[in-house]
Amino acid sequence: MSSHNLKKTDIIFGICHTSDDNQNILPGGVCKTSRTKYTVLEEVIKKDPKDIINDIIESGLKGRGGAGFPTGYKWKFGAASPETEKYVICNADEGEPGTFKDRDILLKVPGKIYAGMAICGYCIKAKQGYIYLRGEYRYMIPELQKVLDEFHETIKKIGFDFHIDILLGSGAYVCGEETALMESMEGKRGEPRNKPPFPTIEGFRNKPTVINNVETFVNVVMIQKLGVDEFRKLGTQDSRGSKVFSVSGDTPIPGVYELELGMKLCDFVDEYGDGDTKAVQVGGASGFCVPRKKFDETIIGFEGIPTGGSMMLFNSSRSMYNVLCNYLDFFAEESCGQCTPCRVGCQQLIRGIKAVKCGQRPPEYLDTLLKLTDSMRLSAKCGLGQSVANSFSSIVSNFTEEMIY
Amino acid sequence: MKEMIENLTKKYGKSRESLMPILQAVVEKENYLSEEAMNEIAKQLDISAAQVYGTASFYSFLDTEPRGKYVIRVCKSIIAEMKGKKEIIRTLENVLKVKVGHTTPDNMFSLLETNDIGWSDQEPSMLVNEKPYTNLTPEKVISIINEYRK
Repeated sequence: MSSHNLKKTDIIFGICHTSDDNQNILPGGVCKTSRTKYTVLEEVIKKDPKDIINDIIESGLKGRGGAGFPTGYKWKFGAASPETEKYVICNADEGEPGTFKDRDILLKVPGKIYAGMAICGYCIKAKQGYIYLRGEYRYMIPELQKVLDEFHETIKKIGFDFHIDILLGSGAYVCGEETALMESMEGKRGEPRNKPPFPTIEGFRNKPTVINNVETFVNVVMIQKLGVDEFRKLGTQDSRGSKVFSVSGDTPIPGVYELELGMKLCDFVDEYGDGDTKAVQVGGASGFCVPRKKFDETIIGFEGIPTGGSMMLFNSSRSMYNVLCNYLDFFAEESCGQCTPCRVGCQQLIRGIKAVKCGQRPPEYLDTLLKLTDSMRLSAKCGLGQSVANSFSSIVSNFTEEMIY
Repeated sequence: MKEMIENLTKKYGKSRESLMPILQAVVEKENYLSEEAMNEIAKQLDISAAQVYGTASFYSFLDTEPRGKYVIRVCKSIIAEMKGKKEIIRTLENVLKVKVGHTTPDNMFSLLETNDIGWSDQEPSMLVNEKPYTNLTPEKVISIINEYRK
């Protein structure tokens, strides 16, 4: 039964889901479905916002950006505030190394994202939505704006009072952190804020704000379309639904794939590996590195290793030391520098593993570095600094020899 | 300069929130943010030049030093490295005759490296200004540069 547990699904992209024929320069393989009709919104507007939120809570949907906060509760908190000025934000700042699934969602089904945001606006009583698009995706704007204009036209007819604007980032990974993203939208340095207050209390412009990942909004639309029961059929107790994965590295078939949550990593590797997979980095540089001997026991989902969708495969020709160095350089460069654990910690980790590698420090020094990552996990201000520990400790403890020799 | 910023504040407004779109628009037009531009923006938005520079210097795409007409950013993610980034950089350095981090003397091209640009399934990849190029080979890189030189 082992290799048949991987179930491909087709919730997010609907009838259009291949990503293989874009060999040319611009994403030419983008397949355009006919103009979206937004019929789901005609149904939504007849419902009580409370019922819609309850649907989402019942569906078990958790945020698809990686952190996995239950979407329905986030909306409930957003709706609970008596403020009249509220905002909906779509986090399209996908910067995690090895992640590119939002790219395909944005290119292929932007209408579903807009519809999801409108449903959110309806539920929490917000009239304005923003898409914060990473600077690297600026080339998408003309197409996104075209579909957005049509969307505005259509929802006006349905009776929705909701408007979306697209804002652009400028190449800062940390802006994917929700409060840093809001700082950036306010024209400031993208430095994460202290939490609490959480965005549903004080978000953009210090007003209640619901911010979700691109894929999360699409899932909301699909829950409305398919019904809660149909959605709950997919996945496991802790991880309902399907997930869009970005598969890259040593695989004969890199690309974007939608799979049921809760799969075993061994089944994933059977399908996507090149037969010589040594390790899989689940969740990007801020995620966990799983070595071959743990493929069987590892579950991809909130009960195992949660992920924003990045799956990087490494075969036995790869040096895990080089992989770790690349991640650490990345973190050191993208650290906003605001808090000491992250700013200094990243630099020290780089120096530390280099010192061990060239013999300036004894192998035991790796334990000191692991303690440092523990401190960073506890004391860094935001997810960036806290998650450096994930890849560092999982790579160092599983591939200790490669770090030393 | 003054006129250009005035046009931008007309389009994007004069609030602090207008700062990012204005900075982005200046970079798009001038390839970078000069001191003159940042001072003028500060004046017109009525905030300190330090605040403008503080925001600008935070973002890697808001360059505060002169760049060429075409800014080439080669992805340096681990996947890009595995798929032959080094060879792409070597080819670009040979074709452009500049090292990474520098601009050609005719101010046409700047060669930079950047973190993951969202094409790990099609590495090596690079951005030329906003346009992505993927599945790069040395031959492909040479023909892309030749296109831009025309």
